[in-house]
Amino acid sequence: MFQRLPDASATPVRISIEGEPFEAREGDTVAAALLAAGRDYCRTTAISGTLRAPYCMMGVCFDCLVSIDGVANRQGCLVRVREGMHVEIQRGKREVAT
Amino acid sequence: MNTQAIRDHYDVAIVGAGPAGLAAARVCADAGLSTVVFDEQPSPGGQIYRSVTATPFKRGTILGEDYWRGAALVAAMRASGAQYVANASVWSLTRDRELGIATGGGVQLLRARRVILCTGAIERPFPIPGWTLPGVMTAGAAQILLKSSALVPQGRVVLAGCGPLLWLLAWQYLNAGRRIDALLDTTPNENRSSVLPHLAAFLFSPYFFKGLDLLRTVRSQVNVVSGVTELRATGRGKVEEVVYRCGARAEQRLQIDTLLLHQGVAPNVNLALSAGIEHRWNDAQLCFLPTLGANADTSVEGIAIAGDGAGIAGAQSAEQRGVLAGVAAARSLKSAATVTGETQARAQIARYQRGRMFLDLFYRPAKQFRIPRGDTVVCRCEEVNARQIDEIIALGCPGPNQMKAFLRCGMGPCQGRFCGLTVTEMIAEGRGLTPQQIGYYRLRPPVKPITVAEMASLPKTAADLKAVVRV
Repeated sequence: MFQRLPDASATPVRISIEGEPFEAREGDTVAAALLAAGRDYCRTTAISGTLRAPYCMMGVCFDCLVSIDGVANRQGCLVRVREGMHVEIQRGKREVAT
Repeated sequence: MNTQAIRDHYDVAIVGAGPAGLAAARVCADAGLSTVVFDEQPSPGGQIYRSVTATPFKRGTILGEDYWRGAALVAAMRASGAQYVANASVWSLTRDRELGIATGGGVQLLRARRVILCTGAIERPFPIPGWTLPGVMTAGAAQILLKSSALVPQGRVVLAGCGPLLWLLAWQYLNAGRRIDALLDTTPNENRSSVLPHLAAFLFSPYFFKGLDLLRTVRSQVNVVSGVTELRATGRGKVEEVVYRCGARAEQRLQIDTLLLHQGVAPNVNLALSAGIEHRWNDAQLCFLPTLGANADTSVEGIAIAGDGAGIAGAQSAEQRGVLAGVAAARSLKSAATVTGETQARAQIARYQRGRMFLDLFYRPAKQFRIPRGDTVVCRCEEVNARQIDEIIALGCPGPNQMKAFLRCGMGPCQGRFCGLTVTEMIAEGRGLTPQQIGYYRLRPPVKPITVAEMASLPKTAADLKAVVRV
């Protein structure tokens, strides 16, 4: 959905999104990386299961909730990408381990 | 990186590292006070100077010269010796100035002799049909993607709404060589007459020439549609079309990939309200604002509010209001301290106040875009629509807190930040009362979600344990 401007330079950071490798950039948040990777959505809602994508990018709306390195309910727009990070789409509510 | 440990006690704790927070921190630390700044974002600057220390852009390029003022503010804060804590959410603030902090690693409580809230502004809700579809975002979100990651939308992009930020984003996209398919301007035509008494002040304000130049540039390169009175986004799974109408004219449709919405910003009041700070409805800015004294002090002793969280006035004013709050804190805690800057700050605040009433009233969003009807989602988190809310109002529901009990609106993770103003205005209209009479959601800590495990990890006294033990 979003593309990188050609004049901007930054160090690549390799992450995986739903198991697929993606080269993000240093300074990207997880939500920005998802948009740069062309992901149409990052979660399905807990109520009706409809698709949502990042809306505010500043920590307010909680529509960018994703699972990061196995921890669900993380706000993707508040977490910067790190080399080797695993990001998964969040489907519905967070599951709590028993 | 947060290298210093967070202490149990500070002279001054500041929440938010935008222009107000950075300036207040600098003043307090320079005066010799132990000062800490907690910020939720990964790097300082707030939203206006977002990523100013980490942006992939160089000075003199697409973002505009004003943006770079943030770099000097960050440098001054760092040089002052104030402790800066990134990725820190403040989830609780009590009337006796105990703060609950969550960093990635855990939670803790601390106390400060003075607290300055610089929590800034958030996008005003823009509840139109389809605003929850992927591909629909706020203009502020798009600007953050630009500043932090040099990302621009792919495909056909339409900007819709009203307010200075919408035009600034358009201007920045044009600088970046990003074509804009249309700008749908929802500024109500009737606003033109209500601003006339404030026109002279605006013409002599710092905003006039800058704004005029920006508007001219955008209008010369973008298809600007004025007087838009109806707006909706449609699509299956993501936005595919924006549908709009101007008054009585025929409905128009545009095929799009991205729709960027904006109709102004409103103070981020959750933390202040949870501490019991008095707020009142402001009809020009269409939001609740804290009742403040001359030194940014609130109704709760020892807690001040500076920046756009105290009323929308822009970055320059926010910075100076931060200085003022910092000076007041320094003087109250260190009577011997020679703290300067107050006179200049007051002069600058007055300068940037000139013309604000014009901007507030000119860009005051239309009622139909604040008070939705029918299937339009109001509470994005709990997926509550306008019809459901109208039905409960018709049953005689007196206010937003009772509305929660019926529909759970405002009870999702965003804690009402994207529906609070809408719900208050809907009930006010439905009951024929003012938003001041209706009030806002009652907010309680934690004002940011933390896990039960995190809460349980907090230190407990014998009395705490006794209170919950089964006998």
